[in-house]
Amino acid sequence: MKYIEEFQDPALARRLLDDIHATVTRPWALMEVCGGQTHTIIRHGIDQLLPSQVELIHGPGCPVCVTPLEVIDKALEIASRPDVIFCSFGDMLRVPGTGRDLFQVRSEGGDVRVVYSPLDALRIAQENPKRQVVFFGIGFETTAPPNAMTVHQAKKLGIPNFSLLVSHVRVPPAIEAIMQSPSCRVQGFLAAGHVCSVMGVREYPELAARHRVPIVVTGFEPLDILEGVRRAVRQLERGEHTVDNAYARAVRPEGNPAALAMLEDVFEVTDRAWRGIGVIPDSGWRLSERYRDFDAEHRFSVTGINTREPAECRSGEVLQGLLKPHECEAFGTLCTPRSPLGATMVSSEGACAAYYLYRRLELGAVPAAATAPTAASAPLEASPVV
Amino acid sequence: MSDTALDITGWTCPAPLRDRPRVVMGHGGGGALSAELVQHLFAPAFGGDVLAQLGDSAAVSLGGVRLAFSTDSYVVRPLFFPGGSIGDLAVNGTVNDLAMSGAEAAYLSCGFILEEGVELPVVARVAEAMGAAARAAGVEIATGDTKVVEAGHGDGIYVNTAGIGIIPDGVDLRPQRVVPGDVVIVSGEIGLHGVAIMSVREGLEFGVDIQSDCAALGGLVRTMLAVTPDLHVLRDPTRGGLAAALNEIAAASGTGVVVDEGRVPVPAPVANACAILGLDPLYVANEGKLVAFVPREHADAVLDAMRAHPLGRHAAVIGEAVDAHPGLVVARTALGGTRVVDLPIGEQLPRIC
Repeated sequence: MKYIEEFQDPALARRLLDDIHATVTRPWALMEVCGGQTHTIIRHGIDQLLPSQVELIHGPGCPVCVTPLEVIDKALEIASRPDVIFCSFGDMLRVPGTGRDLFQVRSEGGDVRVVYSPLDALRIAQENPKRQVVFFGIGFETTAPPNAMTVHQAKKLGIPNFSLLVSHVRVPPAIEAIMQSPSCRVQGFLAAGHVCSVMGVREYPELAARHRVPIVVTGFEPLDILEGVRRAVRQLERGEHTVDNAYARAVRPEGNPAALAMLEDVFEVTDRAWRGIGVIPDSGWRLSERYRDFDAEHRFSVTGINTREPAECRSGEVLQGLLKPHECEAFGTLCTPRSPLGATMVSSEGACAAYYLYRRLELGAVPAAATAPTAASAPLEASPVV
Repeated sequence: MSDTALDITGWTCPAPLRDRPRVVMGHGGGGALSAELVQHLFAPAFGGDVLAQLGDSAAVSLGGVRLAFSTDSYVVRPLFFPGGSIGDLAVNGTVNDLAMSGAEAAYLSCGFILEEGVELPVVARVAEAMGAAARAAGVEIATGDTKVVEAGHGDGIYVNTAGIGIIPDGVDLRPQRVVPGDVVIVSGEIGLHGVAIMSVREGLEFGVDIQSDCAALGGLVRTMLAVTPDLHVLRDPTRGGLAAALNEIAAASGTGVVVDEGRVPVPAPVANACAILGLDPLYVANEGKLVAFVPREHADAVLDAMRAHPLGRHAAVIGEAVDAHPGLVVARTALGGTRVVDLPIGEQLPRIC
């Protein structure tokens, strides 16, 4: 597998950058939709290398960040039950709910397990027929099809002790909501390549035309990002606003028919709340009526949830591209990856985490020497448990 | 220790342990949570000047002889993995902790905690692996202990080893000796152990055979010290990986560290596996690598000597100690940007998509 190396080639990156520098004549603001793209941009310093006229605004595309606090709190309550094995992807475990996270639930005796596929959770359900196994089904169009398939399998195989806590969200309604905001500054989008590999691009031409914004389907390696920016800037300079697929090695215009069929079978579109943003019409999926038995919210009566967001957290504005992470007063002081106020700081794909991890030195957000322990940690650091 | 015995008012970071009244996995992850547990809970409780130095091993004087003294516990799953076993780790890990003080390990102790029900042939395989690793490292397992816990109260086999060795005259390896201008050398390709373990523990297939780099580094250190005893600090980047080791040195030395990311040797299978899982190779564990801060005038000679040793064939200069940003590690990216390389908080978590 040589793809990663090839798509990080410094010489090719230089050529793309030269092209972008030669093309730009005035300021443009582009939004990268996906948190994975944000991390590539910040981790490789791409924003430092682009012309100053090209501003990259970080979008709401981190599935961990946008999962509503209420759903996190429901997950914490379900995971705390002694008869439940609660399965999740790893990066959800550190996301703060109201007062605690799934790691804390586990340290208090909850059976919380990290899995790499929802099918692993289904296998755990088969192996533990006397316990309820719940999978935390969050994410965008990328994670929805395998989660749908798992529920489909559970029904087909008649596995009664499996259920899904669902909080899936869809990208196009979020783009629509961002463009309708009066304070929106976005002039073009780098669409998330993996989302389009599932859904195709059929939802985008109307958005591009209606809001007169170029939408470039973009991958996740440094050269992918640069090529996406290059194509978007070219369109903007020419006054064009079309959908352009710069990730053709993974994205077919029609998407993935098998995945789309599975989504159609298992889910139905619903209004969905986004953490920090609010309810966006038709922006989510829930299990359809014939799969309602596998809905953890129905199976466990999770009531009496009182959510409490920290008042200082402005992650909603960050998620909408209205605020850069370091412009938040709490950034690097009240809010760090160790003590996050919001999910944008704790998630591995969150914009605030990217700025804190990779950029805080130049941003002057935190005194350098204060960020690391004052001495090395001998007895524990050498313990080789991996 | 009861909760009331904890004095948290003096803690430098208020967040993790105050917010977490119980131990979480991250407290053993080799990152910030581990460091805070040691510095703010164990060290004040134990007292003592030697522990306060917080090195990979303790440097102590006994009867006029300078000794390195270290202990480590091994709770790895599975017990056997590509390139090694818990037995190899238990010997090589402690030998390496001593080697990072410049000492050659002489004697090890060995404590087994066995779970009721473990098959004796499995215990025998671990013991044989330990014996073979000890002979290869030139060290003797001189004393030991065995305990058995009830079924369900352990994970098969846990092993603790402690070791002692003599620090040669003229050798003084500690972070406080690092000065701006020191050259940072890593002894080989990083990330192999962590990815090898993940590939078997999580049932992940990466399409290639990745072997742990588990090895004893005493011989390589001896080769380096033969070039010059004036090495400033050595560290084996185990849990928390290269990033944690460099951060610890930067913090304890008060210098900044700049790493040229493109020069860090990352094998393609490790890079690919990390890309799939959303992990950073700089944070992935190693068990047979070291990172050295070497005075600039000796760097070329030390590098040549390392490359002539079987465990240093892929040694590379990856960066330098600098005046700027004291206590912080910064990477120059391959594309020409820069970024902070932070101390990991706890464990790296595979991402959702």
